Amino acid sequence: MASITGNTPAEAVFERVLPNALVVKSNELFALARKSSLWTLSFGLACCAIEMIDAHMSHHDLDRFGVVTWPSPRQADVMIVAGTVVKKMGEPIKRLYEQMPDPKWVIAMGSCATNGGPYYRSYSVVMGVDHLIPVDVYVPGCPPRPEALLYGVMELQKKISQDAKKRTLPQPLQRKPTPS
Amino acid sequence: MSDERVSNVPEKPKAEAPVRPAHRKEPEAPTAPVALDERGTALSELLPKAFSRFEVEYGAAMDEVVAKVKPADVAEVCRTAKEDGRLSFDYLRSISVVDYVERLEVNYHLFSMDKRHKMVIKASVPHDSPSVPTVSGVWRGADWYEREGHDLFGVVFEGHPDMRPLLLYEGFEGHPGRKSFPFHEYDEW
Amino acid sequence: MMLNMGPQHPSTHGVFRLVLWLEGERIVRAEPHIGYLHRGSEKLCEREDYTQIITLFDRLDYVANLNCELAFCMAAEKLMALEVPERAWYIRTILCELNRIASHMLFYGVYGLDVGAMTPVLYGFRERERVILLFEAVTGARMMHNYIRVGGVKEDLPDDFGKRMTVLIDELKRGIDECDALLTNSELFLERTKGVGTIDGPTAVDYGVTGPMLRAAGVKEDVRISEPYGIYDRFDFGIPVGTHGDCWDRYYVRVEEMRQSLSIIEQAMSQMEAGPITAKVRRIARPPRGEAYLRTESPRGDFGVFLVSDGGDKPYRVKVRAPSFANLQSITHLLRDAYIADAVVILGSTDIILGEVDR
Repeated sequence: MASITGNTPAEAVFERVLPNALVVKSNELFALARKSSLWTLSFGLACCAIEMIDAHMSHHDLDRFGVVTWPSPRQADVMIVAGTVVKKMGEPIKRLYEQMPDPKWVIAMGSCATNGGPYYRSYSVVMGVDHLIPVDVYVPGCPPRPEALLYGVMELQKKISQDAKKRTLPQPLQRKPTPS
Repeated sequence: MSDERVSNVPEKPKAEAPVRPAHRKEPEAPTAPVALDERGTALSELLPKAFSRFEVEYGAAMDEVVAKVKPADVAEVCRTAKEDGRLSFDYLRSISVVDYVERLEVNYHLFSMDKRHKMVIKASVPHDSPSVPTVSGVWRGADWYEREGHDLFGVVFEGHPDMRPLLLYEGFEGHPGRKSFPFHEYDEW
Repeated sequence: MMLNMGPQHPSTHGVFRLVLWLEGERIVRAEPHIGYLHRGSEKLCEREDYTQIITLFDRLDYVANLNCELAFCMAAEKLMALEVPERAWYIRTILCELNRIASHMLFYGVYGLDVGAMTPVLYGFRERERVILLFEAVTGARMMHNYIRVGGVKEDLPDDFGKRMTVLIDELKRGIDECDALLTNSELFLERTKGVGTIDGPTAVDYGVTGPMLRAAGVKEDVRISEPYGIYDRFDFGIPVGTHGDCWDRYYVRVEEMRQSLSIIEQAMSQMEAGPITAKVRRIARPPRGEAYLRTESPRGDFGVFLVSDGGDKPYRVKVRAPSFANLQSITHLLRDAYIADAVVILGSTDIILGEVDR
């Protein structure tokens, strides 16, 4: 043991190291790292924002999933669109989405972000944020309970690792084009 | 089949409202009675003296004293209401615009903090030239209410320093508050 | 230099855009832009009947839902001249005061976060969670309750409500004292909020400011005292009034209001008796023709509803007078001599909710 200096034969090093080493595919390793520390862009628009804040607080802690809310889009991974998307807000949402670096995901929280919600007859509401940006996970509810948002985050984590196993880059859901 | 249609679900015919037989007439809706309390009655006696130089039509709606004025007099009437010592309406509760089909009505809801009485000043304007002088010089809080009235109903408040849209985006066509603006009927296919 | 505190900002309490012109660190001019949450609720109200509108009103001030529902239902009841039974009034009052505590706890937590303290938000939301769980037991939902109806309330309280309330009142008393001890007299908090963003009484009334902001400026005005509605004249409670009209006063008025709300709840619990919970009214209300304006005291101020009815089951026009709309107008006055670092503190102290500003 004490004589191992300088030109150590390769096998001896490996015998020492191997019981404590893991062999894993790089895709899956990166997916594990990404899903375990999802930084969300703090983007609460309306009422769902209150339940989103509640999900970060002590009663239903999102921090134990590694989820931290971060104000700047340049360092965020996930955008949780929580609340009604109004036409006046469409341009800022698109710009924020484009400012987020890859890989990025979007969770549409609440029925307003999913398909317009209780305001579906309104003249100024976009019927769902997926008309503007691609969405990965939809969390229904008005507002969804914090446990529902936790489940949505867990589903996103599953999606990230499944996408890595398929050896494809993280892809958002493909949406068929709607008549505008 | 035209090429513009994206979905191939056939369009459902829109359901029509059931036609009521002619002999079954709906009864006329009742009107809410006037119920002024003593502050209201005292105020309704005071108002004709305070507004003696204007042409005002007095009335009451539930427990509010109503004063209908001509649109051009609105700013002067409001200034008198605020500065007159007997009235002292220093708190503008709200400015609301209601679209009755043949006219637009601008309501100024006033309240007095020390005298604790309240009233409504109404001004009716036609649809094609709805213009009322601004009261943002009388109460600073009238600023955004007037911008909102202009945005949603098209009422022009003359003399207002900044008539940019407040609630709608720049370039929105039409005035959504009016009854003639259609609802967005969203079909869920 | 122009700085845009854009619609997405961690401290603007929602989608609010504040464009600031700076000279060094001083704010020379401030221009607020709203409308990023304008959902057209008032127009939608003309298309929905009275019971459906309650769900729309829930979402206006989404932190104090029951107060908004109460305002609308009271406006419809005023038009119909309806007598709401006693027990319904007691239930409404208790729940609305609990909602006031929950709303002020949210303000407390988020204001601590604005100033830079990370702990108050956890304490504030812990207390708020207790109230929300009680709401879930009573109304069935954590936030959008849809519980207060025209003529009364939707269903009676659960059987263990008395026991739960006794436990909750104790917990809230200790919680409010704990939150108070944590932030109120802290050196850093005092440095950041004392003397910042002052407004005096007459200017505040001119801007139409109401609620804790107005009371902090020294004007003793509360809708529950000046135009009492419901059964508030049976309770003995105080109105906290500030002296300087700065951010600290606005904060402390709200902390004291929480204590006064607890005292109202205790008195109401001791006075409440069994009885019917709703008046004899049609399932979908049909008020007579006319118009009514009704003011209530929501946690943010004077929440008014102007209801014009043409006798049908859908209103002709509903206008919502939101307190945060008027309070936010005064932001240009409040920011007149401030540093850029104070802008966040001042904006937080106005306690706006964009849902009711934009409607």
